[in-house]
Amino acid sequence: MVTTTSRPTATAEIATDTDPMNQPADTADKNREPARSHVSNNPNPVAKEEAMIEVDDVSFSYDMGKTNILRNISFNIPAGKVTALIGPSGCGKSTLLRCLNRMNDLVDTSKVTNGQIRIMGQDINAGDVDPIELRKQVGMVFQKYNPFPKSIYDNVAYGLRIQGIKNKSKLDEAVEKSLQRAALWSEVKDRLNSSALGLSGGQQQRLCIARTIAVSPRIVLMDEPCSALDPIATARIEELIAELQEEFTIVIVTHNMQQATRVSDRTAFFYLGELIEYDDTTTIFGNPSVTQTEDYVSGRFG
Amino acid sequence: MNPFKVTTNARKKKDFLGAAFFALLTYLILACALFIFANITMKGLPVLMPVFSEKGGEVLNTDFLTRMPETLVEYTDGKGVKHSMPTTDFTEYIKENPDAIVENKKANAYSGGGIAGPLVGTALLVLVCMVAALIVGIAAAVYLNEYAKQGRFVSMIRLAIMNLAGVPSIVFGLFGFAFFCLFPLLPVFTTAPNAERSIFAIPFAEWIPFFGGGFLSFQGWGNSLIAGGLTLAVMVLPVIIAACEESLKAIPKGFREASLALGATKWQCIRTAVLPYATPGILTASVLGVTRVAGETAPIMFTAAVALKGKLPWDAASGDGVYWISDLLTDSVQAMPYHIYTVAARIPRTDATAAMQDGSVFVFMLMVMLFASLSIYLRIHFRKKLKW
Repeated sequence: MVTTTSRPTATAEIATDTDPMNQPADTADKNREPARSHVSNNPNPVAKEEAMIEVDDVSFSYDMGKTNILRNISFNIPAGKVTALIGPSGCGKSTLLRCLNRMNDLVDTSKVTNGQIRIMGQDINAGDVDPIELRKQVGMVFQKYNPFPKSIYDNVAYGLRIQGIKNKSKLDEAVEKSLQRAALWSEVKDRLNSSALGLSGGQQQRLCIARTIAVSPRIVLMDEPCSALDPIATARIEELIAELQEEFTIVIVTHNMQQATRVSDRTAFFYLGELIEYDDTTTIFGNPSVTQTEDYVSGRFG
Repeated sequence: MNPFKVTTNARKKKDFLGAAFFALLTYLILACALFIFANITMKGLPVLMPVFSEKGGEVLNTDFLTRMPETLVEYTDGKGVKHSMPTTDFTEYIKENPDAIVENKKANAYSGGGIAGPLVGTALLVLVCMVAALIVGIAAAVYLNEYAKQGRFVSMIRLAIMNLAGVPSIVFGLFGFAFFCLFPLLPVFTTAPNAERSIFAIPFAEWIPFFGGGFLSFQGWGNSLIAGGLTLAVMVLPVIIAACEESLKAIPKGFREASLALGATKWQCIRTAVLPYATPGILTASVLGVTRVAGETAPIMFTAAVALKGKLPWDAASGDGVYWISDLLTDSVQAMPYHIYTVAARIPRTDATAAMQDGSVFVFMLMVMLFASLSIYLRIHFRKKLKW
């Protein structure tokens, strides 16, 4: 008798634990503060007050929850700093990045199955969040530079134009300012009306950065922005990232560990859909607390 | 000692025979195509450009391109010389020479004059078809490719559209006839509603700009340019939708992502980052598709085409503005394929009527080639301009 009555309760508990749909959101919040599962992997957490992005026990699936690509990720991304996400291919770092501006919405069957992502304190997957407004604040630079086959000017002005800004002088000003901030102005100022595809790969990627910052986002997500570039172009992008971090919160996914050490303040190491360790970059690469991290950053695997 | 020496010739022989067989069949097709083109050109070119005929003559037979088809009169004069001329010319001639001796007079319907009516009619049909098919086709392709959730239902829609391409053209003709010609609720702007056919008519007060003084009459379209054009459009839709979908799929994912990541709405993304770059492909394929249906006879013989018309469509249409356009669209037209069918099937071939038969086929072939070249030109032009 006793065993038969206790069993259903146990399964019910498990169900509520993994399925956020069965649980009121605010109680779930209270239960999880501070984040439980990866406390040991997050020995030097970013305080809530400094955080621009709070990733709170997030699980994510591309197939309506059948398999989770990300499992119970919790960490805070600080404002005005560069945070690098590293890890071997397929570990979910790009997926996590694309969760931050809800680009995964493009996949019909994708779903955040657990937890919350809060940007500036707001749950971005809440029902009353417009992904369009979110993306205006959270810009993205892609792995393969993807300028439109239009003029350089039109590329940078694109984001403003779709917001309905038609004033020529306003656009001129914004284009010049964005290109200057992207360290591209001096190279292209005489040929703003020629095709963006005539630029070199590195210039095209900087143009994409200019296009992204032209709409004045608060956060810039970069998905392996240098993986298609040569070392010299890479160096220029890295310089640019260092300059931009004063104004923007930058999250960068990279395969290149040296790059992470060069550009980032904080580093998160992912492996097989889980956050293994998150700390200051110097700690991650100098004195990591988890063996897996040490193995990865020292090149013993991955 | 050569280690790679040929040991057996049988293998070589077999190889050669196989290649020869395939080559032969290929060249057979080429021969057929060349024969058709050469035959049409040899017979038709002298009609359009008499300078190439045995008798010689002007460089371009402008009458053939600018006159309406009419009855051809054949007769023998007093000296036993054979003549042939269109009815209007014959009437004029008799008026001027009342004493002329006319013997063995024979009339051949449709074989005199020129082909201005069918040429213009086909051009208008193609225009209506193109406009309608592009609007519906692009909309459907954008929905299927960009908006619809990919699943079994969308696959079924696609399958249905593709099946449409397999429907025989005569069935399309009958469908068009039932749907666009007979259906009585299709509206017409007219100053004088047809008393018999009009179910009801909404009058417009005089002061209303553009529409004042007429009626919107629900009287059906009957045999008309718009019914024929829309029937052709339904027929070409599968081709256009498939072409549009291909063009949309060929747009790099990066364009869409870049646009959306900058805060574009789905529609803004499609309008500014997808459609502009898909247009060349869409246009090229559509022109080619429309070229194919422009040559169809069956769909228009029930819905739009008539064998004989006195005036060009724009001269025949009455009224002003909206009413003129409505009248133009709801009037029947002549069309090249139907004209060729008429002169080929209903008129006996004699020396006098052969000119109309051969000339029509030749000019129509030129017309279709022109469309195809336009499509090729568009493709090359845009490919140069838009690269990524």
